[in-house]
Amino acid sequence: MTAAASMNPAPLAEAASPTVKNVSAVATEITKTDAMNDTTPATPAAAVATARYSAGEIITSVLKKVLPPVVGFALLIGIWAIVASRTQGFPGPVEVWHAAVEIFSDPFYRNGPNDQGIGWNILSSLQRVGIGFGFAALVGIPMGFAIGRFDFLNRALDPIISLLRPVSPLAWLPIGLLVFKKADPAATWTIFICSIWPMIINTAVGVTRVPQDYMNVARVLNLSEFKIITKILFPAVLPYMLTGIRLSIGTAWLVIVAAEMLTGGVGIGFWVWDEWNNLKVEHIVIAIFVIGIVGLLLEQMLLLIAKKFSYGNT
Amino acid sequence: MTNTSKPIVKVEDVGMSFDTKSGKFIALRDINLNIHEGEVITLIGHSGCGKSTLLNLIAGLTLPSSGVMICNGREISGPGPERAVVFQNHSLLPWLTCFDNVMLAVERVFAQKEGRDKLKARTKAALEMVHMDHAMHKYPHEISGGMKQRVGIARAFAMEPKILLMDEPFGALDALTRASLQDELIGVMAKTGATVVMVTHDVDEAVLLSDRVVMMTNGPAATIGEILEVKLEKPRNRLQLAHDPRFAAYRASILEFLYQKQLKKAA
Repeated sequence: MTAAASMNPAPLAEAASPTVKNVSAVATEITKTDAMNDTTPATPAAAVATARYSAGEIITSVLKKVLPPVVGFALLIGIWAIVASRTQGFPGPVEVWHAAVEIFSDPFYRNGPNDQGIGWNILSSLQRVGIGFGFAALVGIPMGFAIGRFDFLNRALDPIISLLRPVSPLAWLPIGLLVFKKADPAATWTIFICSIWPMIINTAVGVTRVPQDYMNVARVLNLSEFKIITKILFPAVLPYMLTGIRLSIGTAWLVIVAAEMLTGGVGIGFWVWDEWNNLKVEHIVIAIFVIGIVGLLLEQMLLLIAKKFSYGNT
Repeated sequence: MTNTSKPIVKVEDVGMSFDTKSGKFIALRDINLNIHEGEVITLIGHSGCGKSTLLNLIAGLTLPSSGVMICNGREISGPGPERAVVFQNHSLLPWLTCFDNVMLAVERVFAQKEGRDKLKARTKAALEMVHMDHAMHKYPHEISGGMKQRVGIARAFAMEPKILLMDEPFGALDALTRASLQDELIGVMAKTGATVVMVTHDVDEAVLLSDRVVMMTNGPAATIGEILEVKLEKPRNRLQLAHDPRFAAYRASILEFLYQKQLKKAA
C-alpha cells in the first residue's frame, strides 16, 4: 500500500480525485438508506419532488444552464473579431466561417498524398492514436496489475517510471525513426510512450486500493486466483483503469499534433503545418477548433463509459 | 446447554500481539474458549477490547501470536468456507447482483458435488430464507442497508458453514431495522441449528440471541472476564422477554460487568 502510494504523487492525485467523489457519494447513499425504513425505496419521494416544477421553472432552469456558455462564446468571437480587424493577416470569424464551409463541403477528397480532405487528416490522426494507445493498453494494463500486486516489482520499476514519465514523448521520436526507419510508425511510437504511463500508474494504484473487505471475502471463500482476478480485482480496478485510459487518450491527442508536424504525411498536425506553409491562417484556426472538438468528444465518450462501470457510486 | 458434546472450535491459551512503531502491542492474552455445536455465543466488551480481533482469529483472517486454535479437530491456519463470516459493512461485491453475490459463495462450496440447477436452487433458497427473493436480481446499491445485510447473512448461511462468525452485523443499522434483522436471525438460527459467534456492543442483542455471553475485559492485553449463560427457552420473543424478570436480570449482570467492573477510564 505505502509503496504504491509513494510511487508518483502527481498522477496519484489525478487518480484520486474521482474516487474521492465516489467515496462521498457512497457516504451520502449510506446515510440515505440507513435513515430509511428497511423496505421503502428512495425513488418515489424524489419523483414527486421533481413533478412539482412548472413549465416556467423548467424554462428558467434551462436558460440558466444554456445562457452562460452562450455568453462566453459570444465574448470570445467578439474579441476575436476586434483583434482580427486590427491585425494584418489574421482572419476574423466571418472569413474563417466561409473557409470552414468550403472545407467541410468536401472533407474526403484526395489529390495525391500531400493534399487530402480534412476528414482524412482527422481519421489518420485518430488511427495513429488508436494504434499507439492500443499497444500501450496491451502492455500498460497488465504491467499496472503486476506492479500493484507485487511489491517487489513496484519497488523495482518505480524509479524507472518516475525517471521516464516526465520526458516529453517527442524526445522519443528520433528513437522511433531510428528503429522503425519510417515516419508513420515513429509517430505511433510517440503515442505509445505518452499513453503508457497514466495507464500503468492508475491501474497499479487501483490494484492497491481494492478494499480490504473484498479481499477478505475472497479469503473466507478461498477463491482461486482466477476467480479473484475475474470476480474481484478486475471489476474493482476497472474505474481506475478507465481514468488511466481517459488521461492517456487526452495526452495522446495533444501529442499527435506535435508529432505529425515533425513527421509529415497525412494527419491533422501535418495539415496545420502545411496550411502554415501555404499561409492559409484561417485553416489553422479551423484546425484548432476541430482538434478541440475531437478531443472533447473523446473525453466525453470515455466519461460515459466510466459512468457505466462506476457501480452506482456516482 | 450442549456442553457435553465435542466442541467445534477450541481456543487454547491464545494471545495476540501486534508490532507497532512504539513497540509490541498486546491485544489479547490467555483466551480459552470452547464453542459447541448449535451454540450461539456473543462477544461483548468496550471498544478496543479485541473482540473483533478474537473473531478474526477464529475466522483465520489473522493468526495468533501464541496458543492454539482448533476447528473441527484441525488447527486453524487460514480462512476457509467452513467458517463463514458476516462482515459489519456487508461486503457485497457492488458489481454483482444479490443473487450472484450469494451464488459466488455457493459455487465455491458446492460446485464440485452438485449441478448448476442445484446451485441456483440453493442460492434462491438462501435469499428466500432472509426474505430477499423479491430483490435478488438487484445490485447492492439499489437496496437499503438493512437489505444488504440480509443478503450478507444469506451468503454466509448458504455456505452451510460449521460455524458462522458475525462481526457486529447490525452495528451500522438503525434501531428498527436492527430489531427486524435480529428477529430474522433468530428464525434462521432456529431453522438451521447453526453455530454462531457474534461480536456486538449491544447488551439487549447479546441476551436476546445468545446461549452464552462472553464478556471481555478492557484492552490492552484483554482477556475473557466473565461468561454468562443465558438460560431462556428458545425461540425467544422480544415482546415477551421485555416483561420477563430473568431477561432484566441477565441484562443487569452484563451492564454491571461493563459499567462497574470494566468501566473505561477517561473514555
